[in-house]
Amino acid sequence: MPKAKLESQKKAPKTKAKVAEVEVKVPGPLEELEQKHERKNVLMQGNEAVAYGALDAGCNFFAGYPITPSTEIAEILARELPKRGGTFIQMEDEIASICAIAGASLAGAKALTATSGPGFSLMQEGIGFAKITETPCVVVNVQRAGPSTGMPTSPSQGDIMQARWGSHGDSPAIVLYPDSVKESYELTIRAINLSEKYRTCVVLLLDEVIGHMRESVLLPDLRKTRVISRIKPNVPPHWYKHYDKDQKYLSPLASYGEGYRFHVTSLTHDALGFPTNKAAEAAEMMARLRRKITYNIRDLVQIESHQMEDAKIAIFAAGITARSAKAAVAIARSEGIKLGLLRPLTIWPFPDEAVRKMLQDVEAVIVPELNQGQFIREIKRLTRDKSEGNVVGLTKVNGQMLTPNDILRKVKEVM
Amino acid sequence: MANIPQKVVHDYLRHDKKFPHVWCAGCSNGIVLGSIIRGVASLDIHRDDIVMVSGIGCSSRMPVYVDFNTLHTLHGRAIAFATGIKMHKPHLKVIVVTGDGDCTAIGGNHLIHAARRNLDLTVILINNNIYGMTGGQASPTTPHEAFATTAPYGNIEPDFDICQLALGAGATHVARTTAFHTQEVQKMVSDALTHPGFSLLEIVSACPVIFGRLNKKGGPAQMMKDMRDNSIPLSAVDKLPPEKREGKIIRGTLRKEIMPEYTERYADLVARVAAMGEEA
Ligand SMILES: Cc1ncc(C[n+]2csc(CCOP(=O)(O)OP(=O)(O)O)c2C)c(N)n1
Ligand code: SF4
Repeated sequence: MPKAKLESQKKAPKTKAKVAEVEVKVPGPLEELEQKHERKNVLMQGNEAVAYGALDAGCNFFAGYPITPSTEIAEILARELPKRGGTFIQMEDEIASICAIAGASLAGAKALTATSGPGFSLMQEGIGFAKITETPCVVVNVQRAGPSTGMPTSPSQGDIMQARWGSHGDSPAIVLYPDSVKESYELTIRAINLSEKYRTCVVLLLDEVIGHMRESVLLPDLRKTRVISRIKPNVPPHWYKHYDKDQKYLSPLASYGEGYRFHVTSLTHDALGFPTNKAAEAAEMMARLRRKITYNIRDLVQIESHQMEDAKIAIFAAGITARSAKAAVAIARSEGIKLGLLRPLTIWPFPDEAVRKMLQDVEAVIVPELNQGQFIREIKRLTRDKSEGNVVGLTKVNGQMLTPNDILRKVKEVM
Repeated sequence: MANIPQKVVHDYLRHDKKFPHVWCAGCSNGIVLGSIIRGVASLDIHRDDIVMVSGIGCSSRMPVYVDFNTLHTLHGRAIAFATGIKMHKPHLKVIVVTGDGDCTAIGGNHLIHAARRNLDLTVILINNNIYGMTGGQASPTTPHEAFATTAPYGNIEPDFDICQLALGAGATHVARTTAFHTQEVQKMVSDALTHPGFSLLEIVSACPVIFGRLNKKGGPAQMMKDMRDNSIPLSAVDKLPPEKREGKIIRGTLRKEIMPEYTERYADLVARVAAMGEEA
């Protein structure tokens, strides 16, 4: 690199990352619905809520490939995006879909795709691309029972670890997990917001049951959510560094076609985006990817603490299993059992702090999940003073849900 | 006059990129890059409006050296990324640089579907008949009976005719030449860039270090001469007796037809939907 260039880059002013937060501007589909319906309550499916959430968050690009139980998201966006001048394209497969949304994002779009297990597996290389190149995008995975083609219309929580570790190499992940139709809407917006803010691929994991379930939602309630968009560079092109860092590792992002003419590569790269094999530069890139998550845990982690104040036994569960757990808590409380629920809305990064506190406060933790024991590994990782015996798993992988009674029975076993 | 093209090339290279480049001495990739730049420079397109996208391979290392918007993606996926860029910003000129393995093996699916859609991309496929980057494994265009590290007894598979593949998939602009014919490459690049639809440009090229060695092709200069001597222009094909056409690389524009382009169709759809909204 010529010296002169370096000098000029040194003079570049330090810009403090300030993420733009704006109200939803265009009348979203929910506003349209509100006008149509006298009542402010509508019956809505989880997948519908995801599609509407995406539109309200400013999503203007969808590329996808049909797969049960996520297809409604694509179908709704095929209908709605052209109305708003956005792009919908059905690609030839899921690999093409994730690549197309990453390309669109680099050209400035807020881009999203939706899939299920088999497609999520195909997308893993592309998810890694979005992470190493720090390209904002969102992948919705409406989980179905696996492995392989499995049971397309049956619920499963089998992709919790895949969402964390599915793409090769070692990189952090942001994964959100709603437990209702309303929350599917909210967390879709949050997923897009976080992808823009942290410049990465954010995954939204839905349970099949939530994707397909219809619930009554109060519309005005939903439209309070704020929208975040990526920060644009305010320096002249020759000062622009695609991976510039400020104290929080959130750096401005230019788009193709705006005069910045930057380079993006899936290879390990330096701050300008050019490939490098230098150990120091490689270490710096990896640290940057890690720090932007670990320095911002407070902003990223969301949990719900339900009846935990005086709980003697706690349940740790997400998504549809947390719904059953909540019902189990109500029944247990009516019988005088001090049961509580800790529910992560952000599953990655894992809510270590809240889980540590839970482990200190209660005598036993029950971890119900629709897989063969994925969350429980994380919880056992955090047991320090207690024996692991106080953390009890409850699993089901036959394509059916865990019922409140299943959970209650386990509670009574450990009492 | 003679040194003007050189200056053009210099002008379009990135000077903050640490040269030297990764290519072996004698490789065709650099020659093709020069011709691509001259082809672009002959048109009135601002470089801010050009995006060069590639997959993974020796040929796919090209974008990093040029002063466009550039994107070096995943093996086989350049066209899929390019589809996202083009659909979101249709005014951008999107050039895809790809290899025979990148585009017709792992990326074959994206090639045929972008061609079928007639999406306005300029796909420049540098066909060196081998996987160069990974050290000489057989590709879908490795000739029958040629040697590759994964075909140590000679390739038992028939090879793809890339242009026929693109034609079959519906590409509206298909052309072929060789890296030896630099002026032709330059002309074909500018033709492809001005074609409103999907263009596939196959550039038969030389990988002397891997394919050449494995198949005793006699070094870079000899391989260049072979490209000159073993190719014939399309216009001459009909005049030659069949035995003289046998095994020859046919150079020329095999198809150029104006058909509805995909981003335009999409814009029409958006307009149609908007009109429906007003009526309702
Ligand atoms: C998914 C995946 N599979 C395999 C590879 C390894 N790989 C890198 S380049 C390449 C072949 C490149 O050959 P070609 O596209 O013909 O380009 P050339 O190097 O000859 O220019 C392969 C197999 C990879 N990077 N990614
Ligand atoms: S291996 Fe072949 S294709 Fe690759 S740079 Fe060397 S000569 Fe060129």
